[in-house]
Amino acid sequence: MSRQMTGAEMVITALQDQGVEVLFGYPGGSVLPIYDEIFKQEKIRHVLVRHEQGAVHAAEGYARSTGKVGAVLVTSGPGATNAVTGLADALMDSIPVVCITGQVPTHLIGNDAFQECDTVGITRPCTKHNWLVKSIDDLPRILHEAFHVAKSGRPGPVVIDIPKDVQFATGTYVGPKNISHKTYRPKIKGDMEAIRKAVEMIGKAHRPVFYTGGGVINSGPAASQLLRELVKTTGFPITSTLMGLGAFPAEHEQFLGMLGMHGTLEANMAMHESDLIVCVGARFDDRITGRLDAFAPLAKKIHIDIDPSSINKIIKVDVPIVGDVAHVLEDMIRVWKQTQPEVDKKALDKWWKKIDSWRARKCLAYRGSDEIIKPQYAIQRLYELTKKKDVYITTEVGQHQMWAAQFFKFDEPNRWMTSGGLGTMGYGIPAAVGVQMAHPKSLVIDIAGEASVMMTMQEISTAVQYRLPIKIFILNNHYMGMVRQWQELLHGGRYSESYSEALPDFVKLADAFGGVGIRCDKPADLDAAILEMIDTPKPVIFDCIVDPAENCFPMIPSGKAHNEMLFGDMVEDIGSVIDEKGKMLV
Amino acid sequence: MNTTHYPSQVVFESPETHTLSVIVDNEPGVLARVVGLFSGRGYNIESLTVSETEHEAHLSRITIVTTGTPMVIEQIKNQLARLVPVHRVVDLTVNGRVLARELALIKVKGKGDARVEALRLADAFRARVVDATTESFVFEITGKTDKIDEFVGLMGPLGLVEYSRTGVAAIARGPEPM
Repeated sequence: MSRQMTGAEMVITALQDQGVEVLFGYPGGSVLPIYDEIFKQEKIRHVLVRHEQGAVHAAEGYARSTGKVGAVLVTSGPGATNAVTGLADALMDSIPVVCITGQVPTHLIGNDAFQECDTVGITRPCTKHNWLVKSIDDLPRILHEAFHVAKSGRPGPVVIDIPKDVQFATGTYVGPKNISHKTYRPKIKGDMEAIRKAVEMIGKAHRPVFYTGGGVINSGPAASQLLRELVKTTGFPITSTLMGLGAFPAEHEQFLGMLGMHGTLEANMAMHESDLIVCVGARFDDRITGRLDAFAPLAKKIHIDIDPSSINKIIKVDVPIVGDVAHVLEDMIRVWKQTQPEVDKKALDKWWKKIDSWRARKCLAYRGSDEIIKPQYAIQRLYELTKKKDVYITTEVGQHQMWAAQFFKFDEPNRWMTSGGLGTMGYGIPAAVGVQMAHPKSLVIDIAGEASVMMTMQEISTAVQYRLPIKIFILNNHYMGMVRQWQELLHGGRYSESYSEALPDFVKLADAFGGVGIRCDKPADLDAAILEMIDTPKPVIFDCIVDPAENCFPMIPSGKAHNEMLFGDMVEDIGSVIDEKGKMLV
Repeated sequence: MNTTHYPSQVVFESPETHTLSVIVDNEPGVLARVVGLFSGRGYNIESLTVSETEHEAHLSRITIVTTGTPMVIEQIKNQLARLVPVHRVVDLTVNGRVLARELALIKVKGKGDARVEALRLADAFRARVVDATTESFVFEITGKTDKIDEFVGLMGPLGLVEYSRTGVAAIARGPEPM
């Protein structure tokens, strides 16, 4: 299909041809021609956010909960710079987003024109790729190429910067074809030789563990199914990164919980003492490995990743397999069935006994209270009261995020949206907006902290406008909790600037936005209040007043090894656990 | 003493110098992507040259001389290959059959014995005189990086004014393309 149209029409036609149903954006001078085209059509629904950062996070939430590409439209200059945090977030977490930015007309580029900025220059390091479209002839190709780059291989955000004169210019539109990009060809199938070697190693392992990450989710639902099959066939324990939660059912007996800095004892000890780590779509991030020279000292490592640059970046692995998780796991299962390796059952039993001894330590235990709501308790109740429902969870960043990862159990992929790599406070509300747009009938909850919420709370207004009944469940401890925890552990309890002073009345705030506010500060009232929240068909801010002094444990202090964890019940005064020398070193 | 929140860098391997040839689409911003990658990820650039090599196919060849541990060199190659407009990354150092040359223009000012000595040394180094006045020469010299370093060093006391170097252009020996 090719026909004559303006650049602005091409943008909207290409989005439609690429299957975009929802576009998150904010208008401005340099994108008005495109907004004019939005006005003239009904296929694509535009969601007007309140800040461009919110547009990108909403697109991320949409993308992560559907597996589709998130689409964003913002104006030049401040529109583009405001989007940068979202783009960096999407790059770190490998989320497919196509962000279209307006630009001043080509003849004004470089003149410091009004609302001009070097968008491709600014976004170059925080996108997978970006384009400045200088000619209408290039526009259709670039639009389709952008979707291809964003969603294939290791997904990521891309930016298309379109000057206003190109939006007005007329040219020939070409629809999407099966484009074979001349340079960009990600490897999908894994090397069979490496896969056979991997299966052989898995068959011989005595103390194995699967270490899985966001790559499983990104690979699609089939990857999660194949992972479940392989893990159940082998009978091996499995742990997951923050990004990979939901790929394997959390309630399953083989699941050890999340690993890493705030992971469980059993997950971290299993990594530390294992003789084989099968890394599936994870990247040995510093929150996972802790001290590198003490990381899994006895383990051989198999690493499945679609991005060759993830392999041997931080940890040298023995068998790298470059390919898409679903394809590689499918091949692995086939080879496993063909070769029928004889697993050493006795060794595996011994390994599980050891793991059970770590489990018996009950590392997530905390001291309950009848007086004050413990944040962990709040998440546990939230989970129990929603687990039979069709629920999606987003989070902000901090203690509440870690507690959510520890205590909320996910059964399926694409149900858990959190800013893992960049750690962006303010991610949760706009992400919840995006998720709710994709799943209007589902229960979408942003597990939040009172400090993070203040960063993007303007998007509550978006939720109200589009009648998106998102639930913002604030664990309000009046502190930037994770900052306070680090100050307690590492800076002598000097709580420099981490107290949330002058907080708004969240119930009144919800009311002012046109939502519903609920406050709860007694454990006895919590269940009823959560049920009230669930039953409210409007956006809700739930102000859950929790213990301000609670810390998030277990914890591997930075620079420590997996077997050097701190626990909540170790001592009364946690500040004394790390000595003066240790504080300097961490 | 490490006072950051992050684990200190663990160094197992000693650094090596490698010469990489990178074939890229000759499109706006491609050099910025390559250079930005090096600065953003803290890699070294010792030399970088770029020029269009196949006009019809819009291809440019970037030659980069870089230093790092084998693990870092592998990262650099993988990160370069990940850039969308990059066609191929070839490590010319790996097979040990790399031919690397650079060109320098060197301005030397002097009279009397120093001038004669400069000219004699230029002859010994096979440098050509491309500009001359009664009190100066501009020499053109090509060769390996260390040869040029050597020549520039010798010109220092003989009235070296300034010099300009192209950076390294490199290719593999033998009949095969990279």
